[in-house]
Amino acid sequence: MRGARHATWAACAMAAALTATACGGGGASGSGVDGVVSASWGDPQNPLEPANTNEVQGGKVLDMVFRGLKRYDPKTGEAKDMLAEKIDTSDSVNFAITVKDGWTFSNGEKVTARSFVDAWNYGADLRNNQRNAYFFGYIDGYTALHPDSGDPTATTLSGLKITGERTFTVKLSQKFSTWPDTLGYAAFAPLPRAFFDDHAGWLAKPVGNGPYTVDAYARGSQMSLRRWDGYPGSDKALNGGVDLVVYTDNNTAYTNLLAGNLDLVDDVPAAQLKNVKTDLEGRYINTPAGIIQTLAFPYYDKAWNAPDGAKLRTGLSRAINRQQITDTIFQKTRTPAKDWTSPVLGTEGGFQDTLCGASCEYDPAAAKKLIDEAGGIPGGQMKITYNADTGSHKDWVDAVCNSINNALGEDQACVGNPIGTFADFRGQITQSKMPGPFRAGWQMDYPLIQNFLQPLYYTNASSNDGKWSNKDFDRLVDRANAESDTAKAVALFQQAEEVLRDQMAAIPLWYQNGSAGYSHRISNVALNPFSVPVYNEIKVA
Amino acid sequence: MPEPPFDDQGAIAPTGAGGTMDLATEEGGSLEHLPGGPLGTGPEKARSLWSDAWRDLRRNPVFILSALFILFLVTIAIWPSLIASGNPLQCDLAKAQEGSQPGHPFGFNGQGCDVYTRTVYGARTSVTVGVCATLGVALLGCALGGLAGFYGGAPDAVLSRLTDVFFAIPVILGGLVLLSVVQSTTVWPVVGFMVLLGWPQISRIARGSVITAKHNDYVQAARALGASNARMLLRHIAPNAIAPVIVVATIALGTYISLEATLSYLGVGLRPPTVSWGIDISSASPYIRNAPHMLLWPAGALAVTVLAFIMLGDAVRDALDPKLR
Amino acid sequence: MGRYVIRRLLQMIPVFFGATLLIFLMVNVMGDPVQGLCGQRACDPATAAQLRKEFGLDKPVWQQYLTYMGNVFTGDFGTAFNGQPVIELMADAFPVTIRLTLVAIFFEIVIGITLGVITGLRRGRPVDTSVLLLTLVVISVPTFVTGLLLQLLLGVEWGIIKPAVSPAAPLDELIVPGLVLASVSLAYVTRLTRTSIAENARSDYVRTAKAKGLPRRRVITRHLLRNSLIPVVTFIGTDIGALMGGAIVTERIFNIHGVGYQLYQGILRQSTQTVVGFVTVLVLVFLLANLLVDLLYAVLDPRIRYA
Repeated sequence: MRGARHATWAACAMAAALTATACGGGGASGSGVDGVVSASWGDPQNPLEPANTNEVQGGKVLDMVFRGLKRYDPKTGEAKDMLAEKIDTSDSVNFAITVKDGWTFSNGEKVTARSFVDAWNYGADLRNNQRNAYFFGYIDGYTALHPDSGDPTATTLSGLKITGERTFTVKLSQKFSTWPDTLGYAAFAPLPRAFFDDHAGWLAKPVGNGPYTVDAYARGSQMSLRRWDGYPGSDKALNGGVDLVVYTDNNTAYTNLLAGNLDLVDDVPAAQLKNVKTDLEGRYINTPAGIIQTLAFPYYDKAWNAPDGAKLRTGLSRAINRQQITDTIFQKTRTPAKDWTSPVLGTEGGFQDTLCGASCEYDPAAAKKLIDEAGGIPGGQMKITYNADTGSHKDWVDAVCNSINNALGEDQACVGNPIGTFADFRGQITQSKMPGPFRAGWQMDYPLIQNFLQPLYYTNASSNDGKWSNKDFDRLVDRANAESDTAKAVALFQQAEEVLRDQMAAIPLWYQNGSAGYSHRISNVALNPFSVPVYNEIKVA
Repeated sequence: MPEPPFDDQGAIAPTGAGGTMDLATEEGGSLEHLPGGPLGTGPEKARSLWSDAWRDLRRNPVFILSALFILFLVTIAIWPSLIASGNPLQCDLAKAQEGSQPGHPFGFNGQGCDVYTRTVYGARTSVTVGVCATLGVALLGCALGGLAGFYGGAPDAVLSRLTDVFFAIPVILGGLVLLSVVQSTTVWPVVGFMVLLGWPQISRIARGSVITAKHNDYVQAARALGASNARMLLRHIAPNAIAPVIVVATIALGTYISLEATLSYLGVGLRPPTVSWGIDISSASPYIRNAPHMLLWPAGALAVTVLAFIMLGDAVRDALDPKLR
Repeated sequence: MGRYVIRRLLQMIPVFFGATLLIFLMVNVMGDPVQGLCGQRACDPATAAQLRKEFGLDKPVWQQYLTYMGNVFTGDFGTAFNGQPVIELMADAFPVTIRLTLVAIFFEIVIGITLGVITGLRRGRPVDTSVLLLTLVVISVPTFVTGLLLQLLLGVEWGIIKPAVSPAAPLDELIVPGLVLASVSLAYVTRLTRTSIAENARSDYVRTAKAKGLPRRRVITRHLLRNSLIPVVTFIGTDIGALMGGAIVTERIFNIHGVGYQLYQGILRQSTQTVVGFVTVLVLVFLLANLLVDLLYAVLDPRIRYA
């Protein structure tokens, strides 16, 4: 055994010098513009293909390795042209896209119209099992390539046409005026030929067109990204690279940050928030993100779909002391929700902090009165179901239950119902087996009010887990989507949101902030509205 | 405290005449005089073993201390309100993580529940899990191990391989897989899992000691006298083979209590509104730096309890193992 | 000897299939893993069906088991949900866990046996009592509490160790995790050795050796230790499998990317192929370790000869 600490250090330095893989944790090396940042990471669940990544951990890598037609501004969330020179439409159905000149992948291949069209066809094709295929669902010809059942009858999306080396057209199957704003999502990234020609090789070491290149990837444990000096964009990396190290438990990551072996921990665990400011002497950021947590209800269960249901749900909403829970459990890294969207949209984008009004205000007496009038909690006890494996959901579910119990003057009217794994949790939701209210979190895909409402509450929408259905709501959303004037569309969406409030379709709990702590070595740390660190702007001292 | 009944049973063993305990005890003596010379050593040894052990234990301070503590624990498990007046499920978030204060000697946990009350009420769950799992494991293990050892041959081969199969599955892994799908809020799934994966331990020991006991001369004598298999197994062999099982079971009881906490730490153990040390320890563990009192009280209670059971088992083993006298 | 080994190997076959079938069924009880792959939203039915087909989940369980076992014998342990062959995961994870297990066993042998011999030879003295009490305390406190406490004290408060092990997991970073992993077994080894030594110290052959006038040191190492170690060796042998599979907690606390970590991830994601693959190997390790232990018996105890 090599006992001595300095021996390890020397070995690390050697290894870093020889292979540039560094020694994980404390091994991040270099300083100044060539300094390498070591950051906490979670093992991506799915293969790291752009159309196959639907969670934050894989998203972090894609954000470093790829640039799409649009990019969401890391500060404002606004969709700005990145590789897109222009996207023209006259009817909100047909779009003509021109790709900027001068962009290449890090292996030298030019980024052309074909890079996009091939990637999108691949993503939409049922045979490729891409988890995010539905993103291409608005494009004409999607159902032929991705039928609900049976085999695909096409190999490409008929709505995509290459018209020149850097130009292509897109035909949608319906009017969608803000469709170009969705193009900043990772699923729409361009792909090099290498992706198709040597797929396994590409997965082992993804090649993209972003400011970083993948230097080494030990799956399940660490990924080393290095600055790509030939990157043509304006958002060049200000550091030498990023080592993403997988942590199973973010408490451990935080502990390692305190011990000086890690530079950046995003998502500081709730248990550490109380001391985070003194621990890190201000090297801590806490910024709004496009995430809202709600409690959804099983409308397929008669007990929860009674005529007096709206009253019951509003009563429950008013029994929850949001302010106290966000202050105590989350140490102000959540903000009590006042509507069903997110503050990152801004008031112009549709956020309205007066929309929910009294229905979201804590008032135990009024809550008890409403619940009693509605005939009490169905069955005398309600279980709030959540997944116990990730996120510290237990803490807040218990707190919500205690708040409800205290309001009702009982001790077991509400209890938490943890499900061991996320997969099982999702499985039971899909099979409509929820015994009562359940945790529903929504992280926006793109910063549009439409994304906070339609996928979650429209009849039979992809994430309408409670199977809530309301004709008025659906009609208003349809009208909003067809509206080409943004301000008018937003106003219609807000009207739809008022239907949500009157029915209390889901109880909005709080808006989630992104939080991150970092070491002495690095500065200029920020989180984008998707709560992903803006890695390329981090500076190493 | 298991000692006195076993003392009797040890003596019942040789005759199997049925009837009351007292009767059996008297008759037990008579078998010592069975013809066949050394045959008599079996019951003689069994009887003196248990009574010697009991005499030993009564003078062992470790035994007395741990037994008294366990008695106390069982008492508060049955009547927690004797020493805790609060309601473990009544929590005030405003007091979250606060330390010790008048009326709340152990402070409050992350939800603002009184740690003292929860620690007292947690005893019930832990004792229930420990005792039930141990009983289940002992019954299943003794039954299967006993049968395998007694019959030998094909049943033994099959049961031994089955024991190996269950032995080969890492316990924590099995717990993660099996318990992650359970929805129940009672302790029974956890107990059931412990029995399912715990029985091979007892089964092996029971098998070994039944084989040893089977070859004892008094058993052969009983067989010669025409005793049925069931009678021989229950009346003659079991009481003589039970000592090692008791020792291991007492120690295992402690480890089951500890295992429950570990499962809770991994997120698959018991679930609220059940009040358990495991749940409290696991939800307090991230706060170890900021509010250690939330972790230390339930963890301390758990450790002392496990310690008591292990020391009890240790003392019983020392008393039962003549070689160590 | 040869026939004994062959018989034992044959006995392993049903155990191997039984254990793998058991774990296969257990993982299957967990339900449909596919829904966990699509994040917060429901997978569209076509993609879900396609995924089930790809991972063979659309077949009945017995058929899945047979197919899987058939593949295992050709060296194909299947694919994890992130698209990586399980065999690659194993190649990454097993070296780390084997290193961790070796550190743990090293501690069991060196510290456990040393303490056991000391206490066994000094029964009833203060040393004996205090070590005995210490082992009891170690056994009573759950491993994860010990681990978290050590991590906090040594890693953060005093800065002696790194609180988390780096992905390369060099031996020196594994010392404290190895100690935590070994702690409970260490206590058992101490107690086992103590009992065994105390028992044998009074046996005839030791008395004879002493009476012959052999130096005390020689009596202890050549006669006493050799015979007293038999139960200890058994324990350590059976413990190998338990340590490798039981490292889930330790690996989680110290962020070690070994077998326990992969199993934990596999279970959370309900990846049958990962879990069954790793358990299959663990079962094999367990069975072979047991066989080796029994063979070691013959070496340590001349009275035992296998036919």
